[in-house]
Amino acid sequence: MKAVCWQGANQVQVETVPDPKLLNPRDAILKVTSTAICGSDLHIYGGYIPTVQKGDIIGHEFMGEIVEVGSGVNNLKVGDRVVVPSTIGCGNCFYCQRDMWSLCDNSNPKGWMEEKLWGSITSAIYGYSHLLGGYAGAQAEYVRVPFADVGVVKVPKDIPDEKLLFISDAIPTGYMGAELCNIQPGDTVAVWGCGAVGIFAMISAYMMGAERVIAIDRFPERLEMARKYAKAEVINYEEVSAGDALKEMTGGRGPDCCLDAVGLEAHGVGIEDFYDQTKQKLKLETDRPHVLREMMVACRKGGTLSIMGVYGGFVDKLPIGAVMNKGLTMRAGQMHGQKYMHKLLDLVLNGELDPSFVVTHQLPLEQAPHAYKIFQQKQDNCVKVVLKP
Amino acid sequence: MASTSQDKQNQDESNETGRWASLIGGGAMVLMGLRQRSLRGALTAIAGGTLAYQAATKKGGIQEALGMDKTITVEKTVTINKPAAELYRFWRNLENLPHFMKHLKSVTVISDKRSHWVANAPMGASVEWDADIIEERENEFISWASVEGADVDNSGFVRFKPAPADRGTEVKVVMEYAPPGGAVTAAIAKIFGEEPEQQIGDELRRFKMLMEAGEIATTEGQPKGS
Repeated sequence: MKAVCWQGANQVQVETVPDPKLLNPRDAILKVTSTAICGSDLHIYGGYIPTVQKGDIIGHEFMGEIVEVGSGVNNLKVGDRVVVPSTIGCGNCFYCQRDMWSLCDNSNPKGWMEEKLWGSITSAIYGYSHLLGGYAGAQAEYVRVPFADVGVVKVPKDIPDEKLLFISDAIPTGYMGAELCNIQPGDTVAVWGCGAVGIFAMISAYMMGAERVIAIDRFPERLEMARKYAKAEVINYEEVSAGDALKEMTGGRGPDCCLDAVGLEAHGVGIEDFYDQTKQKLKLETDRPHVLREMMVACRKGGTLSIMGVYGGFVDKLPIGAVMNKGLTMRAGQMHGQKYMHKLLDLVLNGELDPSFVVTHQLPLEQAPHAYKIFQQKQDNCVKVVLKP
Repeated sequence: MASTSQDKQNQDESNETGRWASLIGGGAMVLMGLRQRSLRGALTAIAGGTLAYQAATKKGGIQEALGMDKTITVEKTVTINKPAAELYRFWRNLENLPHFMKHLKSVTVISDKRSHWVANAPMGASVEWDADIIEERENEFISWASVEGADVDNSGFVRFKPAPADRGTEVKVVMEYAPPGGAVTAAIAKIFGEEPEQQIGDELRRFKMLMEAGEIATTEGQPKGS
């Protein structure tokens, strides 16, 4: 089959590799019909995620049709159309049973690395480094789905892929980010990053009772998408200081909730950005925490910070004094896809949510190298690419 | 009346045995508490209480002076979301162990107490030993030690303890290997890697996967590019 394989920093290629096989009783094999490039795939593409190896198949946002099921899967059959959450959960451990699927104890076969780095083992994620399990990713014609009996949601055949695909990752990530904000009626929610996750977080924030949503980015086309589809007021941080603007727009108080939908490759302006860019290039800092710093200072006293952008390692110079003295709550996590996918599917099926507007590019799988390039460099107003195997 | 030195020794031994028993049954690090005693000696003393005090002292003296004290000790605990009885039952059938202990080729049960173990060594070789169960308490505890003539002198125990508030079972494994030296020592070092803690951790995690998820997560055999 054809698959997108990582070759090194800023380099992927489409290779012919063997088809996946069933390896465990609870596995299924999926024929991929649509597979997106996630903003977090750009961290891998750019070489910022450790333990990705040359030749690894990447990609974790996908859907398709079941072509084979293992002996332990009784609730799926060949021909079922399904969407698959990006985090892999066993369904039986302490965490899965409490609906914290991305904290699954049992899906990462290489957990010792995480245990050393982070003190505990979290769930594996498709195509997202050996640290996170080393599973082959889904930017391919076929993919193996472990724990398929609990790890997929069946979807109707008469709805187009573009309305369903993002239930795999971008929508539940945004939705969970908003949920972690613990939004109260009347709250103002500020969201850093107007990619797909950020925009779905904004839409979710309104569903949860937010009064106002403020979006922060530097690309006009993304800010326009946030304004048009998520009813957000917008700040272009290359034109004004986001911190100053947020204060002025909130009567001097600051937003009640601040949500990071950017992560470890954040861009800032001026000397602070130079500091982080330099340290990261010299490998003295793995992650650039610009958004975290800005959120901590901008948030109102007693407010909540929600971190959905991906971080992997260590950061410098966080204003922890602001967090402590202002009494902020900080919450974070990879999304628990299996917890949200049924609810989100219902929203799509009953017409309350049509996420297909985020798709700016649809390309054949063979054009993955081009797709990664334009997405990384934000060329051609690229917000979201869907690859078709 | 002043106690004789024999009485004093018996008293010390009894105190020590009681201390080990509570250590092994308790919530603290076991290996820290054992310090200069061998695990085998402690386990034997707890089981029988008739063991001479000296036998519980780690091999020392000449061996240590020659730098031959290559004893490998590991301790690792994992919480498994299953009742102790179910975990104990699976483990007590020692022939199940190679399912999740990758370095074992086979375990053959010879009698209720004795079993024959074959472990993989580098270059397709293997090392073998017979082991006896020293003590077992249903659903709680199993200890074992190799018998005379083992390629690798080893002992250990597994303890199943209900976690607080019914949140599964805390499974602790403590093991001690004392390779006899020479080529076999090198082979054992390779089997257990440079970090035996990591290896026993991996094995306990595989046990947990098998018990909780019904299968052991793997990526071996999946496609990869070049």
